[in-house]
Amino acid sequence: MKKIFEAPKSLKDNLFHYCPGCGHSIIHRLVAEVIDELGIQERTIGVPPAGCAVLAYNYFDVDTGEAPHGRALAVATGLKRVLKDHVVFTYQGDGDIAAIGTAESIHAANRGEKVTAIFVNNGTYGMTGGQMAPTTLPGMGSTTTPGGRDVVRDGSPLDLTQMLATAKGSVFLERVSVATPKEIRKAKKAIKKAFQVQLDGLGFALVEVLSPCPTNWKMAPVAAYEWTDKEMTKIFPVGVIKDITGYDKD
Amino acid sequence: MAKQLMRGSHVLGEAAVRAGCRYYFGYPITPQNEVPEYMSGRLLQVGGTFVQAESELASINMVIGAAMAGARVMTSSSSPGVSLMQEGISYLAGLELPAVIANVVRGGPGLGNIAPAQSDYFQATRGGGHGDYRTIVLAPASCQELCDLTVKAFDLADKYRNPVMIMGDGMMGQMMEPVEFPEAIDLAELPAKDWTLTGAKERPSRVILSLLLNPKVLEDHNFKLVRKYDAVTREETDWEEYMLEDARQVVVAYGTAARIAKGAIKRVREMGLKVGLLRPKTLWPFPDKPLKDLTRVVRQLLVFEMSAGQMVEDVRLAVEGQAQVHLYGRPGGVIPTPDEVAHQISHYYYQAGLMDKDQQSGRLGGAA
Repeated sequence: MKKIFEAPKSLKDNLFHYCPGCGHSIIHRLVAEVIDELGIQERTIGVPPAGCAVLAYNYFDVDTGEAPHGRALAVATGLKRVLKDHVVFTYQGDGDIAAIGTAESIHAANRGEKVTAIFVNNGTYGMTGGQMAPTTLPGMGSTTTPGGRDVVRDGSPLDLTQMLATAKGSVFLERVSVATPKEIRKAKKAIKKAFQVQLDGLGFALVEVLSPCPTNWKMAPVAAYEWTDKEMTKIFPVGVIKDITGYDKD
Repeated sequence: MAKQLMRGSHVLGEAAVRAGCRYYFGYPITPQNEVPEYMSGRLLQVGGTFVQAESELASINMVIGAAMAGARVMTSSSSPGVSLMQEGISYLAGLELPAVIANVVRGGPGLGNIAPAQSDYFQATRGGGHGDYRTIVLAPASCQELCDLTVKAFDLADKYRNPVMIMGDGMMGQMMEPVEFPEAIDLAELPAKDWTLTGAKERPSRVILSLLLNPKVLEDHNFKLVRKYDAVTREETDWEEYMLEDARQVVVAYGTAARIAKGAIKRVREMGLKVGLLRPKTLWPFPDKPLKDLTRVVRQLLVFEMSAGQMVEDVRLAVEGQAQVHLYGRPGGVIPTPDEVAHQISHYYYQAGLMDKDQQSGRLGGAA
């Protein structure tokens, strides 16, 4: 019988620990499919964050090195500067890349580090139990924003990807979502392009992925996907934020 | 090879390059700016990589990345910057990654000042960051020794897969002395590392991590580290003995303070005082056994350090109450003169009645 669907080679045969409906499982699969399709599994190094995806090394079947919270892009810089012919990617949450690791993110982008960052934005600190993230939406509940995020008291959501667009070394920045099958296909395309940018040595590339966290949002998975699609995109609209790759538009 | 006259900061950089260091990540802070400045040019010449990071946090994490990839890598900073690096040093220890960190110590706490000090002893020898771990700490006392210990630091880091710290101070960084450098090593001749992240080609994928959620597994990892630290203590503890043969009082001092102490000992020896020096070259592991052994014949120790008194605690632990331990501590970036130290030595020496009988009578008898 002809095999028409299988698990990506770049994923280990381990069950995901992620909660039911979590976006990480989808995003892991997309990254692994891209690594397979580009034929780079043997020379890819992953840098997982602190957060829910810290256990990414249980899933990605590539060399991985754990970074301290927020420092993934500094660790990736060290790796890539030594392994110039390899492919280095970070996989970071919103708290990791846009709060504690803001400085490392901006300066890695500004230096034009030839690495790929996958930025999973679910508007919450998932692993620690649902505290306010830099990307928590106004009014959105969290365990540290009683009554919802009050922008006067708590500040407004931070759009890190837009900030990175001003960095000269960033070459390709796109915000995508995994809320619907159509968006998932777009997300994969963006992730593939972000790896291609690195393979072509053009500079820094990042894909921000809007991703549901049903557990901490206290929503059923279907509602969480709808909320990602309808509400998160109001503050974080999907689309290309910066593209100076010179690749043909499609 | 002929000797070269060079300042300490440049000696550190040159010795690192000759030891095979090809990656340096750092951030400016006085009094060690000559190190990144030197490395930025020198690494270009040897095909290495210099990155001026956005912070010491970033520097030490770039060091982590380069170490994961198997490189000989270093960073340097001074006290406030090294405080920022403590998180990363804890990770280096937990991840079992080799790296060299030089701390050109300045006065603290807080911003303190930029004068030479030894007040980061606790931070360096107790770990500094979180968790059960040890950092190997080397304390050179001259430019030549700075060169030799820098080369050794890279070997120790690789041998034990552990961070190694070189403790200097602003005086050592600025001081110019003639140095004979070793020939540069051939990187290809270093033992292969079978744990690095180089891509899962023709082998299973590798993971370098410190997250061990199962307490039993983390305990095993901690005990494995303890066994490693025990081996370091057995094999690598290093110290210098100076004029100990007939000593009745022994000064304990390291680095710049030890050089001042030697000057003081020369002065009091001229007065007939039998005083020697024990100089730790490794601050961790600390030479506690030779100190304990000394107490069989020496009853008085004087710890001299350019801090309010930090190493003195290790000395007291080492001698287990078998000798009087006095402290002459000068914090804040003050550099005492040999005469000041000599005064302290003779004060305690006479107070305990350690002088010869004829000296005693001569003293008691006055000028008569």
